[in-house]
Amino acid sequence: MSFTWAKAYEPKHPLARWIDERLPLPRLVYGAIGGGYPVPRNLNYWWNFGVLAGIFLTIQIVTGIVLAMHYYASVDGAFNSVNQLIMRDVSAGWLLRYAHMNGASFFFIVTYIHIFRGLYYGSYKAPRELVWMLGLVIYLLMMATAFMGYVLPWGQMSYWGAQVITGFFSAFPMIGEPLRIWILGGYAPDQAALTRFFSLHYLLPFVIAGVVILHIWALHIPGSSNPTGVDVKDEKDTLPFHPFYTAKDGWFAAAFLLVYAIVTYFAPNYLGHPDNYIPANPLATPAHIVPEWYFWPFYAILRSCTFNLFWIDAKLWGVLAMFGSILLLFFLPWIDRSPVRSGAYRPVFKRFFWLLVADIVVLGYVGGAPITPVNAALGQIAAAYYFVHFLIILPLVSAFETPLPLPNSISESVLHGEAAEAAPAGQKPRPGSVATATAE
Amino acid sequence: MATKASSAEGSQDTGAADGEGNDGLRRRDYLKVAAVSFAGVGGLAAIAPLLVQMSPSADVLALATTEVDISKILPGQGIKAVWRKQPVFIRNLTPKEIQEANAVPVSSLRDPETLAQRTKPGKQNWLITLGVCTHLGCVPLGIGEGENRGPYGGYFCPCHGSMYDTAARIRQGPAPKNLFVPDYEFTSPTVVLIGSGGKK
Repeated sequence: MSFTWAKAYEPKHPLARWIDERLPLPRLVYGAIGGGYPVPRNLNYWWNFGVLAGIFLTIQIVTGIVLAMHYYASVDGAFNSVNQLIMRDVSAGWLLRYAHMNGASFFFIVTYIHIFRGLYYGSYKAPRELVWMLGLVIYLLMMATAFMGYVLPWGQMSYWGAQVITGFFSAFPMIGEPLRIWILGGYAPDQAALTRFFSLHYLLPFVIAGVVILHIWALHIPGSSNPTGVDVKDEKDTLPFHPFYTAKDGWFAAAFLLVYAIVTYFAPNYLGHPDNYIPANPLATPAHIVPEWYFWPFYAILRSCTFNLFWIDAKLWGVLAMFGSILLLFFLPWIDRSPVRSGAYRPVFKRFFWLLVADIVVLGYVGGAPITPVNAALGQIAAAYYFVHFLIILPLVSAFETPLPLPNSISESVLHGEAAEAAPAGQKPRPGSVATATAE
Repeated sequence: MATKASSAEGSQDTGAADGEGNDGLRRRDYLKVAAVSFAGVGGLAAIAPLLVQMSPSADVLALATTEVDISKILPGQGIKAVWRKQPVFIRNLTPKEIQEANAVPVSSLRDPETLAQRTKPGKQNWLITLGVCTHLGCVPLGIGEGENRGPYGGYFCPCHGSMYDTAARIRQGPAPKNLFVPDYEFTSPTVVLIGSGGKK
């Protein structure tokens, strides 16, 4: 697709040829995830998480569709349909429900690793800005889907999560309260909200799948980035996706799914909250309401705004800061102007990257912990640093940093002089190129 | 403007083929713009039912008033009623609590209101508010017997630590406003009709 040496599809079976002439679907697949998509040969294991995210989306859609066959979207029936019918009465229902519940957490785990990989290796930079922005759209859709899914069992955390999160909208002046009532279809979360959340929770994963196709399409125009950040120069920099990366992704997915299986079978409620096994009670709030773990950093940013500033009150500041923390990532390709993509060649950037990771871990801790004066102060410092990183540090670093010298090519960075060894089986290394350049 | 420009451009490209000259082309452009505009208006109108269906339905609005018997609430006690699926705190304040509320200088409050403004004339002991914290919607503690009322003797929200005084006014913590006073009226000395203003 992206490089001149990409192999063209040649049907091997007469039936494949017959189909390809009428509907070039086999050609599309071959060019996207087959031998027709050349990929940089130096991808490390951090590049496996995009495929894993796709696998978890599939798991969520499949388990979700079968769970919907047994679930009642009614305020009187929802809790029992999940906790009695699905968990106890439906054959293998417990497995499907735990797989779906933990599948959501693992979907976020692999997506977060995928995002941080992009942040470290500068995958958001030209010419892949749209890949990055479409990825953020997927992430926002995932958050909306996960939130609405968490409401469906209609436990205490479901109910109060819906109350608090729809409460964000009431922070906006004038339109806030009517907007919240319109979203909920009532004055508090109730039947109308539950039914529409179920409808949207079923719809959004398919919207995500659509945006994923756009994300991959946009990626395949310039081709995948790589750990050096250096552009692909010629054929020996790349390998065909199949069989090389299908094999690598395949074994890694099997290994990672093992971790998922261990959690699903042996600690299925570890990532959840016990209060959600109490039926929703609109008249009593649990003492410590927290969202699911994957929202904790944002929840910490929300709670860190405790003071009025200018004409905006603390509650609106919290909501604006929380939404702003994600929206500013859309501008990242223009905030970080350094022409060097990979953090491996940016000594200053690299340090601040890890500081940002630590900062987000602190935010996550604070977001999940009860509010104490120490936690509140910690959260405020960490929330402020998050914005300082993106709005001040990153532009300055990209302006003043001296990057390390980049390798001349991907194969040079990989080969360290062992040209013969690294040449694909049956091919002779090209004379002069790699061996002479690196044998200094 | 845009229409004119495009018609002028179009006349050069297709004028000969169309065989009607400039006038005919302008007429065709007019038709195009009119057709697309009309379809656009129709499309927008079709969105309206898709949006209004999400507003509270008639059965939800039908619960807009609640009648509560308050004859059994002694001074110092309170009850939790339900109005529009939300908790309502109805509290019979003691003279001491009224005095405490009136002793606070109004200008020192985050959301300045007097107890008199938050109650009905002559019924200053009946404090009726939504039991929904104005921060993020949790139900504060303090209406039930023995619950933590916080340092100001009113209500205490366990979620994020908002503290309300005996007039249910915000005194400390993240909440921006006092607990909301719904529309209500005394239909008799012992019965309150909440939501009486017909406010949706």
